Amino acid sequence: MPGEDRDRDWQIGKVHRKVDAMERMRGITRYTDDLKLPGMLHAKILRSPHPHAKILSVDTSAAEAMPGVFGVVTGQDFRIPYGIIPWTPDENALAVDKVCHVGDGVACVAAIDEDTAIAAIAAIKVEYEELRAFYDPEEALANRDRELTINPYARKGNLSKHVVLEFGDVEGSLEGADLVVAGDYFFEGTTHGAIEPHCAVAQVEPNGILTVWSATQVSHYLHRELSKVLEIPPHQIRVIQPPLGGAFGGKSEPFDLEFCVAKLALVCGRPVKLLYTREEVFYSHRGRHPMKMKYRTGFTKEGKITGVSAKTILDGGAYSSFGLVTTYYSGQLLCAPYDFGSYRFESTRAYTNKPACGPKRGHGSVQPRFAIEIQLDKAAVALGIDPIELRRRNDIGSDAVTVNEFRVGSNGFQECLTRVEVASGWQERRPALPYGQGLGVAGSTYISGTNYPIYPNEMPQAAVQICLDRSGRARVFSGANDIGQGSNTMLAVIVSEELGLPLDDIRVLSADTDLCPVDLGAYSSRITLMVGNACLNAAQKLRRKVCEAVAKRWEIPRKRVVLAKRMALDLENPERNVSSAEAFAWAEADNGLLGEVGSYNTPKDRHGDYRGGTIGASPAYSFTAHLAEVEVDPETGLVDVKTIWVAHDCGKALSKRIVEGQIEGSTYMGFGEALMEQHVVDPEHRGVHIGPNLLDYRMPTFLDTPTIDAMIVEAADANGPYGAKEAGEGPLHSSIPAIANAIYDAVGIRLDTLPFSPPKVLAAIEERRRRVEAGELPPHKADRAARRSA
Amino acid sequence: MTQAAILLTMKVNGDPVEVAAPAHWTLLEVLRYKLDLIGSKQGCDKGDCGACTVQIDGVPALSCLTLAIQAEGRSVTTVEGLSLDQGPGRVHPLLDAFDRYDAAQCGFCTPGILMAAESLVRDRRAPVTREEAASALAGNLCRCTGYTKILDAVVDASEQILRTRTKKGGAGEPSTSEGEVSDAR
Repeated sequence: MPGEDRDRDWQIGKVHRKVDAMERMRGITRYTDDLKLPGMLHAKILRSPHPHAKILSVDTSAAEAMPGVFGVVTGQDFRIPYGIIPWTPDENALAVDKVCHVGDGVACVAAIDEDTAIAAIAAIKVEYEELRAFYDPEEALANRDRELTINPYARKGNLSKHVVLEFGDVEGSLEGADLVVAGDYFFEGTTHGAIEPHCAVAQVEPNGILTVWSATQVSHYLHRELSKVLEIPPHQIRVIQPPLGGAFGGKSEPFDLEFCVAKLALVCGRPVKLLYTREEVFYSHRGRHPMKMKYRTGFTKEGKITGVSAKTILDGGAYSSFGLVTTYYSGQLLCAPYDFGSYRFESTRAYTNKPACGPKRGHGSVQPRFAIEIQLDKAAVALGIDPIELRRRNDIGSDAVTVNEFRVGSNGFQECLTRVEVASGWQERRPALPYGQGLGVAGSTYISGTNYPIYPNEMPQAAVQICLDRSGRARVFSGANDIGQGSNTMLAVIVSEELGLPLDDIRVLSADTDLCPVDLGAYSSRITLMVGNACLNAAQKLRRKVCEAVAKRWEIPRKRVVLAKRMALDLENPERNVSSAEAFAWAEADNGLLGEVGSYNTPKDRHGDYRGGTIGASPAYSFTAHLAEVEVDPETGLVDVKTIWVAHDCGKALSKRIVEGQIEGSTYMGFGEALMEQHVVDPEHRGVHIGPNLLDYRMPTFLDTPTIDAMIVEAADANGPYGAKEAGEGPLHSSIPAIANAIYDAVGIRLDTLPFSPPKVLAAIEERRRRVEAGELPPHKADRAARRSA
Repeated sequence: MTQAAILLTMKVNGDPVEVAAPAHWTLLEVLRYKLDLIGSKQGCDKGDCGACTVQIDGVPALSCLTLAIQAEGRSVTTVEGLSLDQGPGRVHPLLDAFDRYDAAQCGFCTPGILMAAESLVRDRRAPVTREEAASALAGNLCRCTGYTKILDAVVDASEQILRTRTKKGGAGEPSTSEGEVSDAR
């Protein structure tokens, strides 16, 4: 609906102060852990020290007898399993009969203070019978001993999900190709690392209403799962998401703490709070799946892709989480920006005795994007084609249909490539960079929400309610979760644009299941497009009413009335104007109280007609190109990423700096995954995490992070509000392969295993050096050295 | 659990404070749980993330690694203190710059970064450079921004502070300053 009934841009695309940033920065905003209720108890969870064990008995009597202890719950109190995906409910709030990874919750205590709760969980006696643990997905899949099936609800042993999809004749197109590039890739798992640890507070009112405050990015799904597990009807539960301290996918499903505080509040009759330690955050995980990927890609000698064949093993950890979707996404989200010709993927997700993997920013597609973009780079080198040019030749274009039958609307990929090419000086600088320095490019795409919700229903995917009052203010009620990405500001910008109000006059109230319409949550980059459209829908209805009322009094056609700058103006005679407050009062006099609701539902004609063909289909796709400049020290293997240029097609930037911030933050996060981050448990130490803290898990600091030059590209999409698409996840993907490809350009080594730590880089450099000395390979950039000495 | 409590006397954000707390409590716990100064955040509780950064006698300190008793008799400034005494309609230039540059996304790390940055931009003869800011703030993790906008904001605030001081040695910035955002507010 871009452009509908509009003739100005007084807010869209400008720079805005966020509606809630000042309060957060001043320390006034109450995040979940900042809530304090009268009589509030503190809870702690006893966690398994074993990676895989049967629970023979749990004796809580000593804990219960301790002074200051108000309640203890165990797995027996939560026998109904849950799961974010309705088809795979395979975890309990606390372990019932067995534990499946180190850190699995076994019992939870509520006590007068945190110290007492810690002492009390230490007094709980658990008898375990240890079982053999699996850390390797392929070993887990090979297991035939039913005793050793990891997940108690699994129906196919340690197989969590298996997907095979084929589009066209892949083997034929590979056989007919001029060049087939084959590669094995491994993407080590990484985690979200939001600075705010998970936290939840619960309280029960005398009338039985249970209120749960949680640092969640999916309050609606939490609402549903609480109702299911606790067997309390939804209307008796209220979920509130207080302002959130970052999430990145790490808070997008229910966690043990929410069930525990709710149950303990019911048992104890007092409010209960539980704050994860940083260590617990690491063990709760739900981060990026480790993926082993085998790729074969066929090319013509002109560099056109003829076919892609992919075989992927996903290491899922102990529970399904979003794994069913991740397994599909690992193949389904790869089919743009390039036309594949033909495509086959086989993805297999295994259960292992590790913290469960789930969605992290760029869910499911960051890993295969790493593989395919290196494949393209290898082809460019082999065919002697400029890597940017090779990508241009394969661009699927706008209004296209992908090989897996998804409809792509707008597409600004070509412009993204050109922007990073020009900004980096690629054409002039790349041929001149000496050994040790290099430039690398990569491209990617991402969804702006998915066309089908997690649980099948025919209701709108997003809804917003807006009220105007006679003082000239607007109140926006939205179920969407602002997780720091700025979705509340996005809604205010739309209302501001449509109703002519400054952002200060708009109050956004979000993510409270009692006060706000249902929204599905902050995941799959859905909010700007979906909730934005719902908001635009409601705001436009209100604008018509207000303009109508003004037009009536001025005796002019409605179209001549414009709302902007806290006024209603006559377009043909701007001297004639009234304040917004007066215009709203006129409209309220004509219509009664001014309130409208708006809804958005996704188009249902943009996916493939096959099983799984809806998974990954989106109303609109964003596009990104990254170009990285690196300096590699051949003596130490240290990679110094100097600059990353990134151009992202977000359709239309509703708020310029917020979009830039998303592009920069995404690019930074990909950079961290490329060089530093590793979420790993150690089989040699019985499945214990190698460093569950923010020192050992190395997230980039101010000093590590390269210069990031973020550029906005706007290929407006017919399905987005004002043409807008997503910006929060797409710009992560290609930063990783761009760095990989730049390292190749610098020192001639292919690193197909993440992360690119100095020992790994150094080993590859030395291996290449050995092969050069043996005469198997020419020295890298030998031609340039020769040219310079000549 | 009953613990031996101690009576602490310190200045917090300029005001004299007397507070009783268990002897083993950290300064962060006393600020958050006893004084309800929730602006200082707990991100890791072991000195890795910097979200709890406050100033003790003007010097940035990790309040999660500081026992409350170590602040006895000293002057503690938290992020809440940055907003005080700026004059009506004014905010500290750092807050204003962070707001204009959208340097806070989730805002959870921001109080700590502001307290580290304040000691950097205070009493300067020349504006802070990006490199200086990156070094000074390297102990503070931010997971949202990629740091770019924070560096923009710190450098800008440093320039603003110098400009204001050369003009009239004045207080903070007007909360709505000139520049790109004026028409949007």
